[in-house]
Amino acid sequence: MNPLHTLRALRGIVTRELLRFVHQRERFVSALVRPLVWLFIFAAGFRSTLGLSPTPPYETYILYEDYITPGLVGMIQLFNGMQSSLSMVYDREMGNMRTLLVSPLPRWFLLVAKLLAGTLVSVLQAYGFLLVAWFYDVRAPIEGYLTLLPALVLAGLMLGALGLLLSSFIEQLENFAGVMNFVIFPMFFLSTALYPLWKLQESSQLLPVLAQYNPFSQAVELIRFALYGQFNAYACAYTLAALALFLSAAVIGYNPSKGMMQKKGGKQ
Amino acid sequence: MNVPAAPALFIDNVSLSYGEKLALNKVSFTVSRGECVILLGPNGAGKSSLFSLVTRLYDTREGAIEIAGFNLKRHSTKALGRLGVVFQQSTLDMDLSVERNLLYHADLHGLGRKLANTRIREELERQAMFERRHETVRHLNGGHRRRVEIARALLHKPDVLLLDEPTVGLDMPSRKAIVDYVHQLSTTHNIAVLWATHLVDEIFATDQLIILHKGIIRYQGSVPQLLETTAMPSVASAFQHLTKGEK
Repeated sequence: MNPLHTLRALRGIVTRELLRFVHQRERFVSALVRPLVWLFIFAAGFRSTLGLSPTPPYETYILYEDYITPGLVGMIQLFNGMQSSLSMVYDREMGNMRTLLVSPLPRWFLLVAKLLAGTLVSVLQAYGFLLVAWFYDVRAPIEGYLTLLPALVLAGLMLGALGLLLSSFIEQLENFAGVMNFVIFPMFFLSTALYPLWKLQESSQLLPVLAQYNPFSQAVELIRFALYGQFNAYACAYTLAALALFLSAAVIGYNPSKGMMQKKGGKQ
Repeated sequence: MNVPAAPALFIDNVSLSYGEKLALNKVSFTVSRGECVILLGPNGAGKSSLFSLVTRLYDTREGAIEIAGFNLKRHSTKALGRLGVVFQQSTLDMDLSVERNLLYHADLHGLGRKLANTRIREELERQAMFERRHETVRHLNGGHRRRVEIARALLHKPDVLLLDEPTVGLDMPSRKAIVDYVHQLSTTHNIAVLWATHLVDEIFATDQLIILHKGIIRYQGSVPQLLETTAMPSVASAFQHLTKGEK
Protein backbone atom coordinates (compact mmCIF):
# COMPACT_ATOMS: atom_id res chain seq x y z
CA MET A 1 0.00 0.00 0.00
CA ASN A 2 1.27 3.45 -0.91
CA PRO A 3 1.50 5.41 2.40
CA LEU A 4 0.44 8.68 0.78
CA HIS A 5 -2.56 7.01 -0.84
CA THR A 6 -3.43 5.45 2.51
CA LEU A 7 -3.29 8.80 4.30
CA ARG A 8 -5.38 10.51 1.65
CA ALA A 9 -7.99 7.77 1.80
CA LEU A 10 -8.06 8.00 5.58
CA ARG A 11 -8.50 11.77 5.32
CA GLY A 12 -11.36 11.27 2.88
CA ILE A 13 -13.20 8.75 5.04
CA VAL A 14 -12.73 10.73 8.28
CA THR A 15 -13.72 14.03 6.64
CA ARG A 16 -16.85 12.46 5.19
CA GLU A 17 -17.86 11.00 8.54
CA LEU A 18 -17.31 14.34 10.30
CA LEU A 19 -19.24 16.25 7.63
CA ARG A 20 -22.14 13.82 7.89
CA PHE A 21 -22.07 14.27 11.65
CA VAL A 22 -22.11 18.05 11.30
CA HIS A 23 -24.94 17.91 8.77
CA GLN A 24 -27.02 15.58 10.90
CA ARG A 25 -27.40 17.88 13.91
CA GLU A 26 -30.27 15.85 15.27
CA ARG A 27 -27.88 12.90 15.56
CA PHE A 28 -25.62 14.91 17.87
CA VAL A 29 -28.55 16.27 19.85
CA SER A 30 -30.08 12.83 20.36
CA ALA A 31 -26.68 11.37 21.26
CA LEU A 32 -26.41 14.06 23.92
CA VAL A 33 -30.00 14.04 25.16
CA ARG A 34 -30.10 10.28 25.84
CA PRO A 35 -27.37 10.23 28.52
CA LEU A 36 -28.49 13.58 29.89
CA VAL A 37 -31.97 12.19 30.56
CA TRP A 38 -30.33 9.38 32.50
CA LEU A 39 -28.15 11.82 34.39
CA PHE A 40 -30.77 14.47 35.16
CA ILE A 41 -33.77 12.22 35.80
CA PHE A 42 -32.80 8.61 36.41
CA ALA A 43 -29.75 9.40 38.56
CA ALA A 44 -31.64 12.06 40.51
CA GLY A 45 -34.35 9.55 41.31
CA PHE A 46 -31.95 6.84 42.40
CA ARG A 47 -29.58 9.07 44.35
CA SER A 48 -31.28 8.49 47.67
CA THR A 49 -32.03 4.77 47.24
CA LEU A 50 -28.66 3.58 45.94
CA GLY A 51 -25.90 3.93 48.54
CA LEU A 52 -22.43 3.51 47.14
CA SER A 53 -19.47 2.65 49.34
CA PRO A 54 -16.02 3.87 48.29
CA THR A 55 -14.53 1.44 45.78
CA PRO A 56 -11.64 2.12 43.36
CA PRO A 57 -11.16 4.48 41.66
CA TYR A 58 -13.27 6.46 44.15
CA GLU A 59 -11.58 7.32 47.44
CA THR A 60 -14.63 8.69 49.23
CA TYR A 61 -18.37 8.28 49.15
CA ILE A 62 -19.73 9.64 45.91
CA LEU A 63 -23.07 10.71 44.55
CA TYR A 64 -24.86 8.34 42.18
CA GLU A 65 -24.52 10.94 39.40
CA ASP A 66 -20.74 10.68 39.72
CA TYR A 67 -20.95 6.90 39.56
CA ILE A 68 -23.06 6.63 36.42
CA THR A 69 -21.31 9.39 34.44
CA PRO A 70 -18.55 7.04 33.09
CA GLY A 71 -21.27 4.49 32.33
CA LEU A 72 -23.20 7.10 30.37
CA VAL A 73 -20.04 8.02 28.48
CA GLY A 74 -19.77 4.32 27.62
CA MET A 75 -23.43 4.37 26.62
CA ILE A 76 -22.73 7.21 24.17
CA GLN A 77 -19.99 5.14 22.58
CA LEU A 78 -22.10 1.98 22.55
CA PHE A 79 -24.96 3.77 20.80
CA ASN A 80 -22.55 5.48 18.41
CA GLY A 81 -21.06 2.10 17.50
CA MET A 82 -24.54 0.78 16.80
CA GLN A 83 -25.46 3.95 14.91
CA SER A 84 -22.41 3.39 12.68
CA SER A 85 -23.53 -0.18 12.20
CA LEU A 86 -27.01 1.01 11.27
CA SER A 87 -25.60 3.52 8.80
CA MET A 88 -23.39 0.80 7.26
CA VAL A 89 -26.45 -1.38 6.68
CA TYR A 90 -28.37 1.63 5.33
CA ASP A 91 -25.48 2.59 3.04
CA ARG A 92 -25.26 -0.98 1.83
CA GLU A 93 -28.97 -1.06 1.05
CA MET A 94 -28.94 2.38 -0.57
CA GLY A 95 -25.74 1.71 -2.51
CA ASN A 96 -23.41 4.35 -1.00
CA MET A 97 -21.26 1.63 0.51
CA ARG A 98 -20.22 0.48 -2.95
CA THR A 99 -18.17 3.62 -3.53
CA LEU A 100 -16.05 2.63 -0.58
CA LEU A 101 -15.85 -1.08 -1.33
CA VAL A 102 -14.75 -0.67 -4.97
CA SER A 103 -11.95 1.73 -4.11
CA PRO A 104 -8.44 0.38 -4.70
CA LEU A 105 -7.59 -0.31 -1.08
CA PRO A 106 -7.67 -3.49 0.98
CA ARG A 107 -11.02 -4.21 2.58
CA TRP A 108 -9.46 -4.38 6.07
CA PHE A 109 -8.01 -0.90 5.68
CA LEU A 110 -11.36 0.54 4.58
CA LEU A 111 -13.04 -0.98 7.63
CA VAL A 112 -10.34 0.28 10.00
CA ALA A 113 -10.56 3.77 8.48
CA LYS A 114 -14.35 3.73 8.87
CA LEU A 115 -13.89 2.56 12.45
CA LEU A 116 -11.42 5.36 13.25
CA ALA A 117 -13.78 7.94 11.76
CA GLY A 118 -16.71 6.64 13.83
CA THR A 119 -14.58 6.60 16.98
CA LEU A 120 -13.57 10.20 16.45
CA VAL A 121 -17.24 11.16 16.30
CA SER A 122 -18.00 9.20 19.49
CA VAL A 123 -15.11 10.89 21.34
CA LEU A 124 -16.49 14.32 20.38
CA GLN A 125 -19.93 13.28 21.60
CA ALA A 126 -18.49 12.00 24.89
CA TYR A 127 -16.65 15.25 25.60
CA GLY A 128 -19.79 17.20 24.69
CA PHE A 129 -21.71 15.22 27.33
CA LEU A 130 -18.97 15.69 29.95
CA LEU A 131 -19.04 19.43 29.32
CA VAL A 132 -22.77 19.58 30.05
CA ALA A 133 -22.26 17.33 33.09
CA TRP A 134 -19.57 19.72 34.34
CA PHE A 135 -22.11 22.54 34.45
CA TYR A 136 -24.46 20.19 36.32
CA ASP A 137 -21.71 19.89 38.92
CA VAL A 138 -20.70 16.37 37.99
CA ARG A 139 -16.96 16.89 37.82
CA ALA A 140 -13.84 14.74 37.68
CA PRO A 141 -10.30 15.95 38.38
CA ILE A 142 -9.14 18.24 35.58
CA GLU A 143 -6.28 15.92 34.54
CA GLY A 144 -8.85 13.12 34.28
CA TYR A 145 -10.33 14.72 31.18
CA LEU A 146 -6.94 14.32 29.51
CA THR A 147 -6.18 10.79 30.72
CA LEU A 148 -9.67 9.88 29.56
CA LEU A 149 -8.83 10.43 25.89
CA PRO A 150 -6.91 7.18 25.18
CA ALA A 151 -9.55 5.22 27.11
CA LEU A 152 -12.30 6.78 24.99
CA VAL A 153 -10.40 5.96 21.81
CA LEU A 154 -9.91 2.33 22.82
CA ALA A 155 -13.48 1.88 24.08
CA GLY A 156 -14.84 3.63 20.97
CA LEU A 157 -12.80 1.38 18.68
CA MET A 158 -13.96 -1.76 20.47
CA LEU A 159 -17.65 -0.81 20.43
CA GLY A 160 -17.36 0.45 16.84
CA ALA A 161 -15.77 -2.87 15.82
CA LEU A 162 -18.70 -4.66 17.41
CA GLY A 163 -21.02 -2.48 15.32
CA LEU A 164 -19.05 -3.33 12.16
CA LEU A 165 -19.27 -7.00 12.96
CA LEU A 166 -23.02 -6.80 13.49
CA SER A 167 -23.48 -4.87 10.25
CA SER A 168 -21.77 -7.67 8.32
CA PHE A 169 -24.44 -10.08 9.58
CA ILE A 170 -27.51 -7.87 9.21
CA GLU A 171 -28.94 -8.20 5.73
CA GLN A 172 -31.80 -5.74 5.98
CA LEU A 173 -32.47 -2.55 7.86
CA GLU A 174 -35.65 -4.04 9.32
CA ASN A 175 -33.57 -6.61 11.19
CA PHE A 176 -31.90 -3.86 13.15
CA ALA A 177 -34.58 -3.81 15.84
CA GLY A 178 -33.24 -7.20 16.90
CA VAL A 179 -29.87 -5.62 17.56
CA MET A 180 -31.50 -3.21 19.99
CA ASN A 181 -33.23 -6.02 21.86
CA PHE A 182 -30.52 -8.65 21.79
CA VAL A 183 -27.30 -6.62 21.85
CA ILE A 184 -27.60 -3.04 23.07
CA PHE A 185 -30.03 -3.46 25.97
CA PRO A 186 -28.46 -6.63 27.43
CA MET A 187 -24.98 -5.16 27.05
CA PHE A 188 -25.96 -1.93 28.74
CA PHE A 189 -28.06 -3.27 31.59
CA LEU A 190 -25.82 -6.25 32.24
CA SER A 191 -22.80 -4.08 32.90
CA THR A 192 -21.26 -1.88 35.55
CA ALA A 193 -22.54 1.26 33.83
CA LEU A 194 -25.48 1.76 36.20
CA TYR A 195 -24.51 -0.24 39.30
CA PRO A 196 -21.27 -1.72 40.65
CA LEU A 197 -20.67 -5.46 40.54
CA TRP A 198 -21.09 -5.86 44.30
CA LYS A 199 -24.61 -4.47 44.04
CA LEU A 200 -25.48 -7.14 41.49
CA GLN A 201 -23.99 -9.81 43.78
CA GLU A 202 -26.56 -8.94 46.41
CA SER A 203 -29.37 -10.17 44.18
CA SER A 204 -27.91 -12.86 41.94
CA GLN A 205 -24.92 -15.12 41.54
CA LEU A 206 -25.08 -15.38 37.77
CA LEU A 207 -25.61 -11.74 36.81
CA PRO A 208 -22.33 -10.39 38.23
CA VAL A 209 -20.39 -13.13 36.42
CA LEU A 210 -22.07 -12.23 33.13
CA ALA A 211 -21.53 -8.53 33.80
CA GLN A 212 -17.87 -9.11 34.50
CA TYR A 213 -17.33 -10.88 31.17
CA ASN A 214 -19.35 -8.30 29.26
CA PRO A 215 -16.82 -6.31 27.17
CA PHE A 216 -18.95 -3.21 27.67
CA SER A 217 -18.40 -3.46 31.47
CA GLN A 218 -14.66 -3.50 30.94
CA ALA A 219 -14.87 -0.53 28.57
CA VAL A 220 -16.86 1.37 31.21
CA GLU A 221 -14.34 0.49 33.93
CA LEU A 222 -11.50 1.60 31.67
CA ILE A 223 -13.28 4.93 31.21
CA ARG A 224 -14.15 5.21 34.92
CA PHE A 225 -10.56 4.74 36.06
CA ALA A 226 -9.14 6.98 33.32
CA LEU A 227 -11.55 9.77 34.26
CA TYR A 228 -10.00 9.75 37.72
CA GLY A 229 -6.45 9.66 36.36
CA GLN A 230 -5.97 5.95 37.04
CA PHE A 231 -5.17 3.01 34.80
CA ASN A 232 -7.13 -0.22 34.96
CA ALA A 233 -4.78 -2.72 33.31
CA TYR A 234 -7.25 -5.63 33.34
CA ALA A 235 -10.03 -3.56 31.73
CA CYS A 236 -7.57 -2.23 29.15
CA ALA A 237 -6.31 -5.72 28.22
CA TYR A 238 -9.86 -7.08 28.07
CA THR A 239 -11.04 -4.21 25.86
CA LEU A 240 -8.03 -4.63 23.57
CA ALA A 241 -8.71 -8.36 23.24
CA ALA A 242 -12.38 -7.71 22.48
CA LEU A 243 -11.35 -5.12 19.87
CA ALA A 244 -9.01 -7.62 18.18
CA LEU A 245 -11.71 -10.29 18.18
CA PHE A 246 -14.55 -8.10 16.88
CA LEU A 247 -12.40 -6.40 14.25
CA SER A 248 -10.96 -9.67 12.92
CA ALA A 249 -14.43 -11.16 12.68
CA ALA A 250 -15.74 -8.00 10.93
CA VAL A 251 -12.90 -8.12 8.38
CA ILE A 252 -13.75 -11.76 7.66
CA GLY A 253 -17.44 -10.82 7.47
CA TYR A 254 -16.71 -8.17 4.83
CA ASN A 255 -14.21 -10.27 2.88
CA PRO A 256 -15.81 -10.92 -0.54
CA SER A 257 -14.51 -14.49 -0.65
CA LYS A 258 -14.94 -15.62 2.94
CA GLY A 259 -17.59 -13.83 4.90
CA MET A 260 -21.26 -13.01 4.83
CA MET A 261 -20.86 -11.04 1.58
CA GLN A 262 -20.50 -14.33 -0.28
CA LYS A 263 -23.77 -15.58 1.15
CA LYS A 264 -25.82 -12.52 0.27
CA GLY A 265 -26.16 -13.18 -3.41
CA GLY A 266 -24.15 -10.18 -4.44
CA LYS A 267 -26.29 -7.80 -2.48
CA GLN A 268 -24.06 -5.12 -0.97
CA MET B 1 2.86 -6.95 -14.57
CA ASN B 2 0.94 -4.32 -16.54
CA VAL B 3 0.96 -5.67 -20.06
CA PRO B 4 0.30 -2.83 -22.54
CA ALA B 5 -1.17 -5.21 -25.12
CA ALA B 6 -3.62 -6.71 -22.61
CA PRO B 7 -7.28 -5.85 -23.19
CA ALA B 8 -8.68 -3.27 -20.81
CA LEU B 9 -11.23 -5.79 -19.56
CA PHE B 10 -10.84 -9.54 -19.94
CA ILE B 11 -13.55 -11.86 -18.68
CA ASP B 12 -12.76 -15.53 -18.98
CA ASN B 13 -15.24 -18.34 -18.36
CA VAL B 14 -16.90 -16.65 -15.41
CA SER B 15 -19.74 -18.45 -13.67
CA LEU B 16 -21.74 -17.50 -10.61
CA SER B 17 -24.55 -19.17 -8.76
CA TYR B 18 -26.74 -18.11 -5.85
CA GLY B 19 -27.29 -21.40 -4.13
CA GLU B 20 -28.92 -23.64 -6.73
CA LYS B 21 -29.67 -20.79 -9.12
CA LEU B 22 -27.10 -20.25 -11.86
CA ALA B 23 -26.80 -16.49 -12.50
CA LEU B 24 -23.87 -16.56 -14.94
CA ASN B 25 -22.74 -19.52 -17.00
CA LYS B 26 -19.23 -19.50 -18.48
CA VAL B 27 -19.31 -15.88 -19.60
CA SER B 28 -16.27 -14.77 -21.64
CA PHE B 29 -15.55 -11.55 -23.52
CA THR B 30 -13.03 -8.73 -23.80
CA VAL B 31 -13.33 -4.98 -24.08
CA SER B 32 -10.47 -2.97 -25.59
CA ARG B 33 -9.52 0.66 -25.01
CA GLY B 34 -11.46 3.01 -27.25
CA GLU B 35 -14.29 0.49 -27.58
CA CYS B 36 -17.87 0.87 -26.37
CA VAL B 37 -19.52 -2.45 -25.65
CA ILE B 38 -23.19 -2.69 -24.83
CA LEU B 39 -24.20 -5.48 -22.51
CA LEU B 40 -27.82 -5.98 -23.44
CA GLY B 41 -30.11 -8.22 -21.51
CA PRO B 42 -33.60 -8.35 -20.04
CA ASN B 43 -34.07 -7.84 -16.30
CA GLY B 44 -32.58 -10.77 -14.43
CA ALA B 45 -30.23 -11.69 -17.28
CA GLY B 46 -27.21 -11.51 -15.00
CA LYS B 47 -25.90 -8.03 -15.89
CA SER B 48 -25.79 -6.75 -12.32
CA SER B 49 -24.30 -10.04 -11.12
CA LEU B 50 -21.54 -9.67 -13.67
CA PHE B 51 -20.95 -6.08 -12.51
CA SER B 52 -20.78 -7.23 -8.90
CA LEU B 53 -18.02 -9.63 -9.91
CA VAL B 54 -16.09 -7.09 -12.01
CA THR B 55 -16.22 -4.54 -9.17
CA ARG B 56 -15.24 -7.30 -6.69
CA LEU B 57 -18.21 -6.63 -4.50
CA TYR B 58 -18.43 -10.35 -4.94
CA ASP B 59 -15.52 -12.73 -5.35
CA THR B 60 -14.99 -14.64 -8.59
CA ARG B 61 -15.01 -18.32 -7.73
CA GLU B 62 -15.19 -19.73 -11.23
CA GLY B 63 -13.28 -18.19 -14.10
CA ALA B 64 -11.05 -15.12 -14.10
CA ILE B 65 -11.38 -11.37 -14.56
CA GLU B 66 -8.50 -9.09 -15.54
CA ILE B 67 -8.57 -5.31 -15.64
CA ALA B 68 -5.70 -3.67 -17.57
CA GLY B 69 -3.80 -6.93 -17.25
CA PHE B 70 -4.26 -7.24 -13.48
CA ASN B 71 -6.04 -10.30 -12.18
CA LEU B 72 -8.89 -9.06 -10.02
CA LYS B 73 -8.50 -11.79 -7.42
CA ARG B 74 -4.72 -11.72 -7.06
CA HIS B 75 -4.09 -8.00 -7.60
CA SER B 76 -7.44 -6.57 -6.57
CA THR B 77 -6.27 -3.09 -5.52
CA LYS B 78 -4.29 -2.52 -8.74
CA ALA B 79 -7.18 -3.83 -10.83
CA LEU B 80 -9.81 -1.74 -9.00
CA GLY B 81 -7.61 1.36 -9.35
CA ARG B 82 -8.08 1.10 -13.12
CA LEU B 83 -11.82 0.83 -12.95
CA GLY B 84 -14.46 3.57 -12.98
CA VAL B 85 -18.01 2.57 -12.05
CA VAL B 86 -21.46 4.07 -12.32
CA PHE B 87 -23.86 1.85 -10.42
CA GLN B 88 -27.52 1.37 -11.17
CA GLN B 89 -28.52 2.99 -7.88
CA SER B 90 -27.12 6.41 -7.08
CA THR B 91 -24.15 6.10 -4.75
CA LEU B 92 -23.64 9.80 -4.10
CA ASP B 93 -23.89 11.19 -0.59
CA MET B 94 -27.06 13.27 -0.74
CA ASP B 95 -26.12 15.58 2.13
CA LEU B 96 -22.76 16.58 0.69
CA SER B 97 -21.99 18.97 -2.14
CA VAL B 98 -21.06 17.83 -5.63
CA GLU B 99 -17.47 18.92 -5.03
CA ARG B 100 -17.23 17.17 -1.67
CA ASN B 101 -18.51 13.93 -3.18
CA LEU B 102 -15.86 14.12 -5.87
CA LEU B 103 -13.12 14.98 -3.38
CA TYR B 104 -14.10 11.94 -1.34
CA HIS B 105 -13.66 9.74 -4.40
CA ALA B 106 -10.35 11.46 -5.24
CA ASP B 107 -9.10 10.75 -1.71
CA LEU B 108 -10.09 7.09 -1.98
CA HIS B 109 -8.04 6.87 -5.17
CA GLY B 110 -5.08 8.66 -3.61
CA LEU B 111 -5.19 11.80 -5.76
CA GLY B 112 -3.51 14.89 -4.27
CA ARG B 113 -5.76 17.87 -3.63
CA LYS B 114 -4.30 20.01 -6.44
CA LEU B 115 -4.63 17.26 -9.05
CA ALA B 116 -8.06 16.37 -7.74
CA ASN B 117 -9.28 19.96 -8.09
CA THR B 118 -7.95 20.15 -11.66
CA ARG B 119 -9.63 16.89 -12.62
CA ILE B 120 -12.90 17.86 -10.92
CA ARG B 121 -12.94 21.08 -12.90
CA GLU B 122 -12.18 19.25 -16.18
CA GLU B 123 -14.79 16.55 -15.75
CA LEU B 124 -17.54 18.82 -14.44
CA GLU B 125 -16.92 21.42 -17.16
CA ARG B 126 -17.26 18.71 -19.82
CA GLN B 127 -20.77 18.06 -18.56
CA ALA B 128 -21.67 21.69 -17.81
CA MET B 129 -21.82 20.99 -14.09
CA PHE B 130 -18.87 22.99 -12.80
CA GLU B 131 -20.98 25.99 -11.81
CA ARG B 132 -23.09 23.71 -9.64
CA ARG B 133 -20.19 22.14 -7.76
CA HIS B 134 -21.15 23.74 -4.44
CA GLU B 135 -24.75 22.53 -4.56
CA THR B 136 -25.89 19.72 -2.32
CA VAL B 137 -26.55 16.56 -4.34
CA ARG B 138 -30.01 16.28 -2.81
CA HIS B 139 -30.98 19.44 -4.73
CA LEU B 140 -29.95 18.10 -8.15
CA ASN B 141 -32.32 16.30 -10.48
CA GLY B 142 -31.75 12.67 -11.50
CA GLY B 143 -30.01 13.54 -14.76
CA HIS B 144 -27.56 15.91 -13.09
CA ARG B 145 -26.80 13.37 -10.37
CA ARG B 146 -25.93 10.88 -13.09
CA ARG B 147 -23.61 13.41 -14.69
CA VAL B 148 -21.85 13.88 -11.37
CA GLU B 149 -21.51 10.11 -11.01
CA ILE B 150 -19.98 9.82 -14.47
CA ALA B 151 -17.58 12.68 -13.67
CA ARG B 152 -16.68 10.91 -10.45
CA ALA B 153 -16.03 7.60 -12.22
CA LEU B 154 -13.60 9.35 -14.58
CA LEU B 155 -11.67 11.38 -11.99
CA HIS B 156 -8.86 8.87 -11.57
CA LYS B 157 -8.58 8.30 -15.34
CA PRO B 158 -9.59 4.65 -15.40
CA ASP B 159 -8.87 2.18 -18.23
CA VAL B 160 -12.37 0.74 -17.97
CA LEU B 161 -15.67 2.49 -17.35
CA LEU B 162 -18.58 0.33 -16.23
CA LEU B 163 -22.10 1.68 -16.32
CA ASP B 164 -24.93 -0.40 -14.94
CA GLU B 165 -28.19 0.86 -16.46
CA PRO B 166 -27.31 4.49 -15.73
CA THR B 167 -30.34 5.95 -17.49
CA VAL B 168 -33.00 4.09 -15.51
CA GLY B 169 -35.62 6.52 -14.23
CA LEU B 170 -34.41 9.49 -16.30
CA ASP B 171 -36.47 11.58 -18.72
CA MET B 172 -35.74 11.43 -22.46
CA PRO B 173 -33.51 14.55 -22.77
CA SER B 174 -31.38 13.43 -19.81
CA ARG B 175 -31.15 9.91 -21.21
CA LYS B 176 -30.08 11.16 -24.62
CA ALA B 177 -27.47 13.50 -23.15
CA ILE B 178 -25.94 10.69 -21.12
CA VAL B 179 -26.06 8.13 -23.94
CA ASP B 180 -24.36 10.58 -26.33
CA TYR B 181 -21.76 11.65 -23.79
CA VAL B 182 -20.78 8.11 -22.78
CA HIS B 183 -20.48 7.03 -26.41
CA GLN B 184 -18.01 9.87 -26.97
CA LEU B 185 -15.97 8.91 -23.92
CA SER B 186 -14.50 5.76 -25.42
CA THR B 187 -12.76 7.86 -28.06
CA THR B 188 -12.14 11.14 -26.19
CA HIS B 189 -10.75 9.38 -23.10
CA ASN B 190 -9.50 6.28 -24.96
CA ILE B 191 -11.11 4.03 -22.39
CA ALA B 192 -13.02 0.80 -22.58
CA VAL B 193 -16.71 1.34 -21.90
CA LEU B 194 -18.99 -1.47 -20.81
CA TRP B 195 -22.59 -0.29 -20.67
CA ALA B 196 -25.26 -2.58 -19.29
CA THR B 197 -28.80 -1.85 -20.40
CA HIS B 198 -32.08 -3.43 -21.37
CA LEU B 199 -33.03 -0.51 -23.64
CA VAL B 200 -32.21 -1.08 -27.29
CA ASP B 201 -32.55 2.59 -28.22
CA GLU B 202 -29.32 3.28 -26.32
CA ILE B 203 -27.31 1.29 -28.85
CA PHE B 204 -25.37 2.99 -31.66
CA ALA B 205 -24.70 1.23 -34.96
CA THR B 206 -20.97 1.37 -34.27
CA ASP B 207 -21.21 -0.35 -30.87
CA GLN B 208 -20.09 -3.83 -30.09
CA LEU B 209 -22.91 -5.84 -28.62
CA ILE B 210 -23.18 -8.64 -26.09
CA ILE B 211 -26.61 -10.11 -25.51
CA LEU B 212 -26.93 -11.85 -22.19
CA HIS B 213 -29.93 -13.96 -21.33
CA LYS B 214 -30.40 -16.16 -18.26
CA GLY B 215 -26.69 -15.92 -17.51
CA ILE B 216 -25.58 -17.09 -20.96
CA ILE B 217 -24.13 -14.99 -23.78
CA ARG B 218 -26.52 -15.38 -26.71
CA TYR B 219 -24.74 -13.05 -29.10
CA GLN B 220 -21.41 -11.27 -29.31
CA GLY B 221 -20.40 -9.00 -32.19
CA SER B 222 -21.29 -5.83 -34.08
CA VAL B 223 -24.77 -4.47 -34.70
CA PRO B 224 -24.75 -5.14 -38.50
CA GLN B 225 -23.58 -8.71 -37.85
CA LEU B 226 -26.46 -9.22 -35.41
CA LEU B 227 -29.01 -8.16 -38.01
CA GLU B 228 -27.39 -10.37 -40.59
CA THR B 229 -27.13 -13.43 -38.33
CA THR B 230 -30.67 -13.23 -37.04
CA ALA B 231 -32.18 -11.97 -40.33
CA MET B 232 -34.14 -9.40 -38.35
CA PRO B 233 -34.85 -5.82 -39.45
CA SER B 234 -33.87 -4.11 -36.19
CA VAL B 235 -31.85 -4.59 -33.02
CA ALA B 236 -35.10 -4.63 -31.04
CA SER B 237 -36.54 -7.53 -33.02
CA ALA B 238 -33.22 -9.40 -33.02
CA PHE B 239 -33.04 -8.94 -29.25
CA GLN B 240 -36.60 -10.20 -28.86
CA HIS B 241 -35.84 -13.15 -31.08
CA LEU B 242 -32.76 -14.11 -29.03
CA THR B 243 -34.43 -13.63 -25.67
CA LYS B 244 -37.82 -15.00 -26.70
CA GLY B 245 -39.52 -11.70 -26.08
CA GLU B 246 -38.51 -11.29 -22.43
CA LYS B 247 -37.73 -7.70 -21.43
